[in-house]
Amino acid sequence: MVAKRIIPCLDVKDGQVVKGINFEGLREVGDAVQMGVQYARDGADELVYLDISASREGRRTFVDLVRRIALGIDIPFTVGGGIGTVEDAARLLDAGADKISVNSAAIADPSLIGRIAARYGSQFVVVAIDARCLGGRWMCTTHGGSRPTERELFAWAREAQERGAGEILFTSMDHDGTRAGYADAVYARLAEELSIPVIASGGAGSIEDIRRVLIEGRADAALAASIFHYGQIPIPELKTALNKAGVNVRL
Amino acid sequence: MIAIIDYDAGNIRSVGNALERLGAAYELTADPARILAADKVILPGVGNAAKAMENLRERGLCQLVRDLRRPVLGICVGMQLMCRDSEEGPVEGLGIFDAHVRRFAEAPDIKVPHMGWNALGNLDSKLFRDVDSGSFVYFVHSYYAGLGPDTIATCRHGGTLFSAALKYENFYGTQFHPEKSGSVGAAILRNFLAL
Repeated sequence: MVAKRIIPCLDVKDGQVVKGINFEGLREVGDAVQMGVQYARDGADELVYLDISASREGRRTFVDLVRRIALGIDIPFTVGGGIGTVEDAARLLDAGADKISVNSAAIADPSLIGRIAARYGSQFVVVAIDARCLGGRWMCTTHGGSRPTERELFAWAREAQERGAGEILFTSMDHDGTRAGYADAVYARLAEELSIPVIASGGAGSIEDIRRVLIEGRADAALAASIFHYGQIPIPELKTALNKAGVNVRL
Repeated sequence: MIAIIDYDAGNIRSVGNALERLGAAYELTADPARILAADKVILPGVGNAAKAMENLRERGLCQLVRDLRRPVLGICVGMQLMCRDSEEGPVEGLGIFDAHVRRFAEAPDIKVPHMGWNALGNLDSKLFRDVDSGSFVYFVHSYYAGLGPDTIATCRHGGTLFSAALKYENFYGTQFHPEKSGSVGAAILRNFLAL
């Protein structure tokens, strides 16, 4: 059986890893390549690098960084942030990324998913969705959660799958940054409705939170940032505990 | 010198990166003379098997690969092209390995593509020296080679036990990506380099 994956997420600004606390007050936590190499050694199954640079210069720096990451680490990695065209995706693929993630641009133009998938395969395309619960309905947001949309989470996830997404990375904006657990029930419903893998993101605060989203939430992978970056939960300890709890993980 | 066959079949740079991490000299090439002169040859591949086969044929490399007598390693779609045929197309392969390539059947909780880390079993080759049965490696594929006389490692996805690796004489193939499989993958590549 395919192992459940543990994925540290690194937000990168001008080549340095930062972690946004509610997307404000960004703090630098380390060198993006060195941190990736360390995570790979510790047993991370995959890495996600998100470019949060706003400037053109920052974007160019990111492509160079992706090239260095690809040379440095020996596990798969996804890159995202500001990918708006097939050409953006091609540049990152050429630099060595295994997958790209699209978010706001896919909502603005859903055909982007199919165009990238047709050229490079579904396995290359992760559709990232940020959503929050409004009046009992899960609604998608864009631009880091700052802009509401008319799209409903489950309908959009199904559409993304039909258009050629290889995976869905769903972040609950209601849970992100709280460290109070993932939106387990929402992931369980996504698993029910989709045939492609789902990555859970937002809310990890403890080993138990991660176990729950992988088992009760039926997520294929759990993504987290701060609990890993600040050493709160070392990955070897996390995986040993998950294994003891009967979760199929790579040790 | 290791030749990595460059035939426009997806992200093949990662194989070169892995060799660089291991300190092995390599070149990306589709030049028959360079491939024939190499100590070892790697046939990578990501994407559609029929398209990849066409790319290999257009470059006039099919017979050349079949005739190689040095160690050859096919990775992922590269391995599938070395089989008899593939349902993806369908397309005739190079016929080096005695195996057919079929599509996984989807089922609840059996996702296709088979993507992620999965365990190796029934290891039976020098390629897996110092690699324990049950070691995890990284897979991304929707089609698989069944079990047969050339199987040297197996893996299970749902109810399907398939060939994780194949060998015939000097030809090796891995369905998984050793270049993305952490320290286990590095050990397998090192074993290939030491053949």
